[in-house]
Amino acid sequence: MKILIVGGGMGGTILANNLARRLKSEMKSGKVRLEMVSASDKHTYLPGLLYVAVGRMTPDELYRDQASLLEPGIAFSVDPAEQFLLDKNQVKTKSGRVIDYDLLAIATGSRMWPESIPGLKENAEFFYTEETAVKMFNRLRQFQGGKVVIAMGVPHKCPMAPLEITFMLDDYFRERGLRDKVQLHYTYPIGRVHSLENVAKWAAPEMEKRGITYETLFNLKEVDGAKKVLKSEEGSETSYDMLISIPAHKGMEVIEQNKLGQNGWIPTDRHTLKMDGRENVFILGDTTNLPISKAGSTAHFEAEVVGENIAAMVKLGAPVRRYDGKVFCFIQAGSEKATYAMFNYNQPPDPREPTRALHWFKLAYNKLYWVSARGLL
Amino acid sequence: MADRKVIDARGSFCPGPLMELIAAMKMVQVGDEIEILSSDKGSAGEIPQWLKKVGHEHLGTAEESGVWHIMVRRSK
Repeated sequence: MKILIVGGGMGGTILANNLARRLKSEMKSGKVRLEMVSASDKHTYLPGLLYVAVGRMTPDELYRDQASLLEPGIAFSVDPAEQFLLDKNQVKTKSGRVIDYDLLAIATGSRMWPESIPGLKENAEFFYTEETAVKMFNRLRQFQGGKVVIAMGVPHKCPMAPLEITFMLDDYFRERGLRDKVQLHYTYPIGRVHSLENVAKWAAPEMEKRGITYETLFNLKEVDGAKKVLKSEEGSETSYDMLISIPAHKGMEVIEQNKLGQNGWIPTDRHTLKMDGRENVFILGDTTNLPISKAGSTAHFEAEVVGENIAAMVKLGAPVRRYDGKVFCFIQAGSEKATYAMFNYNQPPDPREPTRALHWFKLAYNKLYWVSARGLL
Repeated sequence: MADRKVIDARGSFCPGPLMELIAAMKMVQVGDEIEILSSDKGSAGEIPQWLKKVGHEHLGTAEESGVWHIMVRRSK
């Protein structure tokens, strides 16, 4: 059996390692061939970019060689997929190679899409790539006071990022002795400060306590860089001196080019994680169109389910588990405390009061991630 | 007849049905309809509230076995 994984991010890497362990003897005997193709020879710890933007991590801490994270026996190549020939069970890569598969997993991820809002890319700071996070770090260092506005696009990756960057900025300016010269103004697309009701119930009074102003039902429409004004779909306007944005995201270009899903999100069954209409194609991580958080933990838990199911298909002839929508998100509540939210399709989260202990655990996880990517945690 | 896109946001706590609708609204044309499915009864209030504020049309809401079907039309 030939298993092909397209994408070497968190979901693809955990799935590959999970399968390599479960199917070790089948791979050794030649019954199973496990292959991964990726667009990069590097693996990036994306949540670390938030810390880079405020000077708490450096970019070199965020990378490992992708090959070093993979179990022996996985055929890995830097040769991104270009054509998905699903009716032929084939993927054609950039080098021109045609790879046959029996089972395919697509985990190509997502990318920020600031171009979806006129004026946003030119006038806002972001922390979703190394380049933009370092640029934001330098802008913040130069900033001596004024109004900082945090604004969101929809959908965006990492649902806790808006709150995390806001509270971290509050601490950042306090540590620099500038907080009394900075107005922090948070905006959010729906009628409370976070999509998770219980998180919003904690975050709104926390903002008030810290002197952070906020405006809800604010969906970015356009940015007027000349006047330094932000306009919302709801008709309101707010001025800014520095604009920080968690921009809208979309799936990867190759998904759109192959017409696998609008805006790069592939229609996926919420429990089996199979692509709609395809019995031998699994989708995981940001690439799905599921109504759940686009977060590393989502990809992680989905990869475990898909790994167990593919292994069972090899060994038993049928899958054995259903994905229940499980997501776990740390919430960095400023620079000294953290909490977390865990939920699934049926159970809402009930986050606890942030503690220092969870903050330290989050910092530890920034290093433990590499164990997680290897599928050991 | 306008296209109707169905968004299944049952069990969505984060980003949640309204955020799913906001994202979907950008993927359809003016005049197209969306039917959003939510298992959170709060959606029956907050989605029409947002539609009114932004200026999209609320075509109706129906509840069936604990699932709210909210029909909307993109108006601008």
